[in-house]
Amino acid sequence: MADLPLGARRLGIRPLGAVRRTRARPPRRRRRWTGWGFVAPFLVVFAFALVAPIGYAIYLSLFREQLIGGNSFVAFANYRQALADPQFWSSVRRVATLLAVQVPVMLILALLAALALDSARLRWAPLYRLAIFLPYAVPAVVASLMWGFVYGAQFGLVSRLSSALHVGLPDPLSGSWVLASIGNVVTWEFVGYNMLIFYAALRSVPGDLYEAAEIDGASPLRIARSIKLPALRPAMVVAVVFSIIGTLQLFNEPNILHWLAPDTIPPNFTPNMYAYNLSFSGQEYNYSATIAVIMGILTMLAAGGVQWLGRRRMA
Amino acid sequence: MTATTTPARTAGRAGAAQPRRAKRASGRGGSQKRHSLILSLLMTVMLLYALLPLFWLLVNSSKTPGALFSTFGLWFGGPFALWSNVHQVLTYDHGIFVRWLANTLLYVVVGAGGATFLATLAGYGLAKYDFPGRRGVFAVVLGAVAVPGTALAVPTFLLFSDLHLTNTPWSVILPSLVSPFGLYLIWVYAQDAVPAELLEAARIDGASEVRTFFQISLRLLTPGVVTVLLFTVVATWNNYFLPLIMLSTPQWYPLTVGLNDWDQQSFTAGGQAIYNLVITGSLLTVIPIMIAFLIMQRYWRSGLAAGSVKQ
Repeated sequence: MADLPLGARRLGIRPLGAVRRTRARPPRRRRRWTGWGFVAPFLVVFAFALVAPIGYAIYLSLFREQLIGGNSFVAFANYRQALADPQFWSSVRRVATLLAVQVPVMLILALLAALALDSARLRWAPLYRLAIFLPYAVPAVVASLMWGFVYGAQFGLVSRLSSALHVGLPDPLSGSWVLASIGNVVTWEFVGYNMLIFYAALRSVPGDLYEAAEIDGASPLRIARSIKLPALRPAMVVAVVFSIIGTLQLFNEPNILHWLAPDTIPPNFTPNMYAYNLSFSGQEYNYSATIAVIMGILTMLAAGGVQWLGRRRMA
Repeated sequence: MTATTTPARTAGRAGAAQPRRAKRASGRGGSQKRHSLILSLLMTVMLLYALLPLFWLLVNSSKTPGALFSTFGLWFGGPFALWSNVHQVLTYDHGIFVRWLANTLLYVVVGAGGATFLATLAGYGLAKYDFPGRRGVFAVVLGAVAVPGTALAVPTFLLFSDLHLTNTPWSVILPSLVSPFGLYLIWVYAQDAVPAELLEAARIDGASEVRTFFQISLRLLTPGVVTVLLFTVVATWNNYFLPLIMLSTPQWYPLTVGLNDWDQQSFTAGGQAIYNLVITGSLLTVIPIMIAFLIMQRYWRSGLAAGSVKQ
């Protein structure tokens, strides 16, 4: 086991090395090596805290702790096990549902809010901008605890309202609603953040462009389509990429609400919760690392795909 | 019941301060455009959605444990117990909350401060110097922007536990020191903010590169650095998964993990339910970061603009 970090470093650098392409460099300035002095401290920590764990996880995922023979190389057996594991797939299905429903809802709300802020037709726009962005500063733990109290059975607002108004509001933590309830917490936390990304992109359009368009007789709809949408595209790519990453890697909110609803939020609710619980309750480190690697690859593929699509459309 | 007027009045005063600031800002070409009432109504719905849970937190921090159950959640009720709740939070379990606050500050100062410093040095180095392997470094770091911290938590734990680093402050601080996104922001910012001619002039005057960086460039980079600092401070203050996975003794917990520990007490057999402490502790956790956030809010936009518009 002593040589693991060394092996990890070797393995860890390989997948990233693929990006190291040789390209024509611009003419070099005099002090050739000075730049390394500035970059080196970052790279040392980067290698230790980011590259090495990735490499080590890949290394672990290729081994298995066995009763006979101890720790042994099993190649892709862990991956085959994961791909046939219904527990893993049900966790992937849940985040995929969130990705398909919650992310579009959140981004459309954010986009509409950003357009409203930028429209000059909204009184006190900065007040709205600040207030809607404020939840982003709230730690996910506090956000989940708060919403947990609102949802929860003991003195939950929802059940209180339900009995006060004599309407049968559903239990937010019941099986059919729990995913929507978690989606709501995530939307609450990040809708303002995404709104600000869009808003910043809209503000980067020079004012003269709108004036010129108006003088040329362009309708508001035409301005929206020909000026605002193209200006928003890079921001859209960023927002979608961050949302994909955040959703596929969802952990904090369900892990905290898990205590309120252990039956409807099982330990394998999201892939990250599954990996965490495999490590801590199950001591299945190798399998846990495998899940983490698979989700890392899935995340990178999805994020990269969106970036590629965004760039192709722009060209 | 009379005690309930105090928080209501303070809340009203805080609310009144904001529209005054808001007045000076009007949108582009706002002179000829009318304000739309429907737009205001729709945006007010979103504003209420954003603020209601925070209002709930404030209201319920002022309640006794009994009143939490017996009074309506969205308004004050029962005896005003905010100060006694705060006192209880700070003294419960020999003042463990204060210890968590100190830990959080340690992680923020060393982790976020260190991350900002390293990202600034490296982003500046990449923007202003050409050196062998520069493109490779840039590609690798940019690739890492997309690697989410949460995806790394389990692998980092596995590595650190083999190195016997878990359950130490280092296990939380070291991973926080890496901010590829911060590096990227500084790189974008440094390209325009630090003119090459200025660096050339400093070189001709015989200043060393390090001295030039600290005495000239750093000053020009300040807005970018503050933006990165803000992002990293919020990220470390709010960090939950990493410390949860790394730390096993409450002595090293940050506020987030500690609060969750308190919350879980009520679900474990024989545990004492301390909802009022969880709620008031949450409020105390949120207040400092919100103040920092509101004071420096203009930097957020510039940071987000640099991150999303310039590609």
